[in-house]
Amino acid sequence: MAASGLRRSIDVSGYDLRLAMPLAGFFAAFFLAPLAVLVVLSFQTDTTGAHWGVTQYVQFLGDAFSLGVLASTLWLGVKVTAVCLVFGWPVAWLHARSGPTVKSLIMLIVLLPLLTSVVVRTFAWIVILGRQGIVNATLMSLGLVEAPLKLLYTDLGVVTALAQVQMPLMVLPLATALSRIDPNLVAASEVLGAGEWRTFAKVILPLSLPGIVAGSMLTYAASITAFITQSLIGGGQMLFMPMYLYQQASTLQNWPFAAAISIIFLIAVLAVVTVFNTLGRLSRGFAQG
Amino acid sequence: MAARRPTLDVLTFHGVMIGLSIIALIVLVAPSAVVLIVSFTSGFSLKFPPPGWSTRWYVELWNAWQLQFAAKNSFVVAAWSTGLSIVLGVAAALPIARSKTLSARILDSVFMSPLVLPALAFGLAGLMFFSAIGLPVSKVTLVIGHTVVCVPFVVRNTIASLAQLDPVLLECSASLGASRFTTFRRITLPLVKPGILSGGFIAFMSSFDNVPVSLFLRDAATDMLPIRMWQDLEGRLDVTIAALSGVLIVATVAVMILMERVTGLSRRLA
Repeated sequence: MAASGLRRSIDVSGYDLRLAMPLAGFFAAFFLAPLAVLVVLSFQTDTTGAHWGVTQYVQFLGDAFSLGVLASTLWLGVKVTAVCLVFGWPVAWLHARSGPTVKSLIMLIVLLPLLTSVVVRTFAWIVILGRQGIVNATLMSLGLVEAPLKLLYTDLGVVTALAQVQMPLMVLPLATALSRIDPNLVAASEVLGAGEWRTFAKVILPLSLPGIVAGSMLTYAASITAFITQSLIGGGQMLFMPMYLYQQASTLQNWPFAAAISIIFLIAVLAVVTVFNTLGRLSRGFAQG
Repeated sequence: MAARRPTLDVLTFHGVMIGLSIIALIVLVAPSAVVLIVSFTSGFSLKFPPPGWSTRWYVELWNAWQLQFAAKNSFVVAAWSTGLSIVLGVAAALPIARSKTLSARILDSVFMSPLVLPALAFGLAGLMFFSAIGLPVSKVTLVIGHTVVCVPFVVRNTIASLAQLDPVLLECSASLGASRFTTFRRITLPLVKPGILSGGFIAFMSSFDNVPVSLFLRDAATDMLPIRMWQDLEGRLDVTIAALSGVLIVATVAVMILMERVTGLSRRLA
């Protein structure tokens, strides 16, 4: 009787892993199998599919133009992530210290862009940064510039727009990390005579590392793959990996080369994610230990 | 000197932090506000501030059948993908949430991986796969592709809710003689429903907004709203798009406030 009661109490709070099988099957068929097809196609030497080899990879890795596109995409992610961190951390800090009403107001302001269509958000930046846009209109009416500045189709424009579009991905994990910090630690630091900046540098910032790592990973992965914002704000002259991939696949119908671009891009993203995951484990150990 | 230093220290630190966060919050809201203002222009351009006010572009929207057709397609695909994501995602989240086994952990990372992998690469892979097995692209392939990229949101939010569920409640229910299914229906489901709803909401929004997967998996007859808008913007800067954006922003804010009331969305995501 006691034994059966015990078994039952274990039973009720857990569910059989077989319940995950429908989704696992769905992923095997429509996520993992397509990725396998992508890998296979990237080893075709031409579009007819008659010969196999690493020609596509050799072509990409031996071509200064392709490598340049890869490098500028990865560098773009670094710039956007840095901007998001510098502005996102204070937002999360303010969120952690505020009362319940201000807290949910800040959270709704942060969530609004995340849930608004990316095309709409990018379109807004065209309105703001355009020749007749809000920035140029203000600068000209103040007499600071004579002719409208070129802001659209520039590096600065792309980084600004992407930083705004991806900011929520940075703020959400940071807000979680900052709200988990024991307020007693901050108080202890101040009682011991450390000022705000010193407490920030020695206590709060190090303890928020898990959030910084998680937020940076999401922001980085999202900004290097943000195809719409990159192409609309960057225009035709600035080419990044997603658009390069799309041009090869769709306009030029060069599927094997597009597949190779995808694999190289996937490996680059996975490498970044792995680095961040390792950093995340280290920082969690640091924050808790 | 010793008494002055802390005040300067507090002032500069709070000044910098509050200053940066106010800039960030303004920049987060500004684009939506600017689009709403410009959409009421009486002119033909996206000049800011507008030369005059009118609702003509909203009236224009009423006749923009191409956009309406695309919006209908996007809505149908998002509804099916969200439904499928909830059914598959909740079932998968139930065992994964409390299991510490290796297989559960592996499944969890596989189900989450569409969140970080470039969606455009997955879209291309999907197109190659469907063409390899001889299934032509259609609304069905769109729903399948969207479900893969939307299901992580449902899984993650449901797991988060399940993790907060006190197992004692389930044991109580069982000790009072309820069957597993009754316990699930009467105890588990009502308590994790807010998590499922907010996951479903985010899944719906991200499907409705998806471009990279749709670009590859739609057929020529199935125009999707974000793609239509994107292509319109590449060609010419149409004020009708501003009016449409206005409608989308207001609808998003309305549903967000509703979800905040029903599920406490903001607490759930932070």
